[in-house]
Amino acid sequence: MLGLGKKDLSLLILVAVLTMLAPFLLNPFPTDSGLAQFNAGYPDLMQRFVIFGIFAIGFNILFGLTGYLSFGHAAFLGVGSYAAVWMFKLLSMNVVPAIILSVIIAGVFALAIGYISLRRSGIYFSILTLAFAQMSFALAYSVLTPITNGETGLQIALDDPRILGVSQTEDGSIPVTHFFGIEMRATEVLRLGGWEFQFSAGYYLCALVMLVAFYLAIRIFRSPFGMMLRAVKSNQQRLYYTGLNARPYTLAAFVISGMYAGLAGGLLASMDPLAGAERMQWTASGEVVLMTILGGAGTLIGPVLGAGFIKYFENIFSKLNDNVLHGWFAFLPDGLEDFVVTIVHPFVGKGWHLTLGLMFMAVVIFLPGGLVEGGQRIARLFRRRKASDEHRAAQETPAE
Amino acid sequence: MDAIILQTLNGLDKGSAYALIALGLTLIFGTLGVVNFAHGALFMIGAFCAVTLQRILGASFTTIDETRTDFLGNPMQVETPYVHAWFGPETGASIIEWSVPLAILFSIPVMLLIGLVMERGLIKHFYKRPHADQILVTFGLAIVLQEIIKYFYGANPIPTPAPDALTGSYDFGLLLGMDPNVIIYPYWRLVYFAFAALVIGGVFAFLQFTTFGMVVRAGMADRETVGLLGINIDKRFTIMFGLAAAVAGLAGVMYAPINSPNYHMGMDFLVLSFVVVVVGGMGSLPGAVLAGFLLGILESFASMTQVINLIPGINQIIIYVVAIIVLLARPRGLMGRRGVMEE
Amino acid sequence: MGILDVRDVNKRFGGLQALGNVNLSVAENTVHAIIGPNGAGKSTLLNCLVGKLIPDTGSVMFDGQSVLGRKPYEINQMGISRVFQTPEIFGDLTVFENMMIPLFAKRDGSFRMHAFEGVSHERGLIAEAEKMLDEVNMLDKRDFHAGSLSRGDKRRLEMAMCLIQRPKLLLLDEPTAGMARADTNNTIELLKTIKKSRDITMCIIEHDMHVVFSLADRITVLAQGTPLVEDTPEKIKGHPKVKEAYLGEAA
Repeated sequence: MLGLGKKDLSLLILVAVLTMLAPFLLNPFPTDSGLAQFNAGYPDLMQRFVIFGIFAIGFNILFGLTGYLSFGHAAFLGVGSYAAVWMFKLLSMNVVPAIILSVIIAGVFALAIGYISLRRSGIYFSILTLAFAQMSFALAYSVLTPITNGETGLQIALDDPRILGVSQTEDGSIPVTHFFGIEMRATEVLRLGGWEFQFSAGYYLCALVMLVAFYLAIRIFRSPFGMMLRAVKSNQQRLYYTGLNARPYTLAAFVISGMYAGLAGGLLASMDPLAGAERMQWTASGEVVLMTILGGAGTLIGPVLGAGFIKYFENIFSKLNDNVLHGWFAFLPDGLEDFVVTIVHPFVGKGWHLTLGLMFMAVVIFLPGGLVEGGQRIARLFRRRKASDEHRAAQETPAE
Repeated sequence: MDAIILQTLNGLDKGSAYALIALGLTLIFGTLGVVNFAHGALFMIGAFCAVTLQRILGASFTTIDETRTDFLGNPMQVETPYVHAWFGPETGASIIEWSVPLAILFSIPVMLLIGLVMERGLIKHFYKRPHADQILVTFGLAIVLQEIIKYFYGANPIPTPAPDALTGSYDFGLLLGMDPNVIIYPYWRLVYFAFAALVIGGVFAFLQFTTFGMVVRAGMADRETVGLLGINIDKRFTIMFGLAAAVAGLAGVMYAPINSPNYHMGMDFLVLSFVVVVVGGMGSLPGAVLAGFLLGILESFASMTQVINLIPGINQIIIYVVAIIVLLARPRGLMGRRGVMEE
Repeated sequence: MGILDVRDVNKRFGGLQALGNVNLSVAENTVHAIIGPNGAGKSTLLNCLVGKLIPDTGSVMFDGQSVLGRKPYEINQMGISRVFQTPEIFGDLTVFENMMIPLFAKRDGSFRMHAFEGVSHERGLIAEAEKMLDEVNMLDKRDFHAGSLSRGDKRRLEMAMCLIQRPKLLLLDEPTAGMARADTNNTIELLKTIKKSRDITMCIIEHDMHVVFSLADRITVLAQGTPLVEDTPEKIKGHPKVKEAYLGEAA
């Protein structure tokens, strides 16, 4: 079905089920329980899960398959956001044209930057992409202020033309983004006992887009094109002497992943119509590298996992403060409680980035294959134990 | 003419910082073959060495002076720094005032130690891993170091003034027979440039004239062969890493009065320093120094109002533009050897 | 006129004359060996044939077309395949995928955006790849990672990858360098089978005289960048100039 093998199809279905049921799955704790702070089932966060999932899926097509490490991918995300907001200002608040334009503009940008950057490989490529991204960032902050609105960031306003929509609603406020009439911020709340589940239109739009993006990524991975990209990573010399030109392959991969980033940027702006230069900064580029590595570069599901993981823990960890910690460790004797809280304190709240950095190092050092490899190792361990159990059982049976 | 001299001078201090960081990056890349994304963090830690020493020297105890009262009518609380008590008020005050230059002595062992720990604990396991892994793990380390500093020192820049004697400005124009106040240049920037020149000279002399340096240079050229000669190259490379860390740290210490240290200053400088290394030529020490100064001065020229009026925003991107042109036209950089990471 | 014609090729590296007035003609469907002591310019010559180096003067014609100034992948598309001294394969890919890539290159040219339909839909090519694997006795290793193969298997895989493109000319750069005797003999047998079973021209650079004399139809001896003699193996064996070049004997 859908032109996928059995394994890939079940993976796609699994991801589809998980994303569709996310409002339930991510809210396992009753609203008034102490554990409610671990819930992640609210629209804003769920949207970020899938949007950054798209970003990471796209990045993985470049890095995971070809091994070209771009340190400037956030630039495409930023460009996508700007393009989308401009559509909201000029055309209408419908998200479809905005998203389409953001993908196209990001693609054109990626074509130009990729064309130059891909003339080099290895660390030179990384530094070139970094230089381009920082350049875009600097320009967005300064000279391009008429387009980007500089430090303030680009926002929609009451006096925007919006030729296919309205400049302002009847009550004189700024209109909201919508998908053919369905408002992105529209949220249905379902209360079941102590539980509360939120179904946001914006989330479901993003989730559907991500499923399409994920599906296309699977097709690319399994296609001859995907195989060529892996060949580029494996041995460029052999590729050239086999009659293949690596450059257009890598450029195509670069543009595709740039378009994915633009799509993510367009969706971000569709959920919350503003765009700022800080989205293009190199720490933002580092973040997507991180998501991909953490999940497992070169695997299908890894980047999605990594994006969800980082965004979830970012949210949870940065919310924790000393009061919460004291609540947790209240069962310990007083002195010990204070001690434990003091130890944990630097890693939570504003210290989330410290945890992130440590995690990042740990993954690169101990688990270069990321979470996916970790999962596989655990599975293998269990299988081996099971196998040896069965082996023992088989040995014991004759004795009985 | 005066504008040219002024901008050249203005470019020198930033150029010095670029050159020092790029020098360390190149030492590490050339000897160990490692791309160190945490090098900016070492520069930042150096700057915070200055902050730390300033705080240590400023540590004080509180006494109550019964003879005076504060505005509420309570007895006055007086903070007396320990150094005042130990060395007398005058000597004590000047010790505190000179904390930044003193921090040079303080930072060298600290940075050497950090460098050694970093190399033995982490970097050494990455010699044989792909460059992408090295970039990633040192990038993670940079985040960690930055966050640790932020945890202890906060997110705001911390003013770290230079000694009073060196805070004034020097009128260069007079020296060159121009009108007064045409070319005014702060003393500390001169000091920074001189200091950078000294450190750079020291590193080159060390590599040129000591046996240790000779082995390291040989190792940079051909690691395997030197290893075959029965020389323990690894140990030397560890020391080399410590040295590179110390150079970055020194650059940071002295930069503190120019730009109040903050936790993300390392990242800001790192990106530019990498660009500097690439422009100079990966693995070329003279290239790194030359490119550092060139780009610093170029940046300063691009910041002139006349230039900005001509090409708006050029000051923000000039370094990147130069890097892109150099990489495409001459991938091995200004002074790079053929074949080093070329591709 | 042979299938490959090298005329008056010169190549200088700084002060070193690597190739001086090299003339060479390889006749179609023969095995032509190029031998010579170390530093004779064999590798330089080979690199001039595949587009890695461009000679300072002279011409290299393949099948009536000049190869000079063309990129390696363009030269491969003209019908020249190359086997490296140490096997160059796609180590991260499976043996089967290693076979598919040259097939795609042959069918689709140097670049084709083929990003939607899965590899598993290419039944014709898959059959072709498996047939070739069977021919080199590697079908049982179809799904192995190529990087995990033994050196001998890597060499066989590389040759299979070259042969599956049905090149008009196969260049072999010391195909038995560093091999044990048994592996060398296997390789010789493999090359003999290839020679018998299909229309192919081979140009082989080799140190091992045993290999050269078992395979070659014609031999060119290169010394100091210049061809000394070109003749049949029988004549070469006793040739005084060759002895001189190799052993430094006065003839």
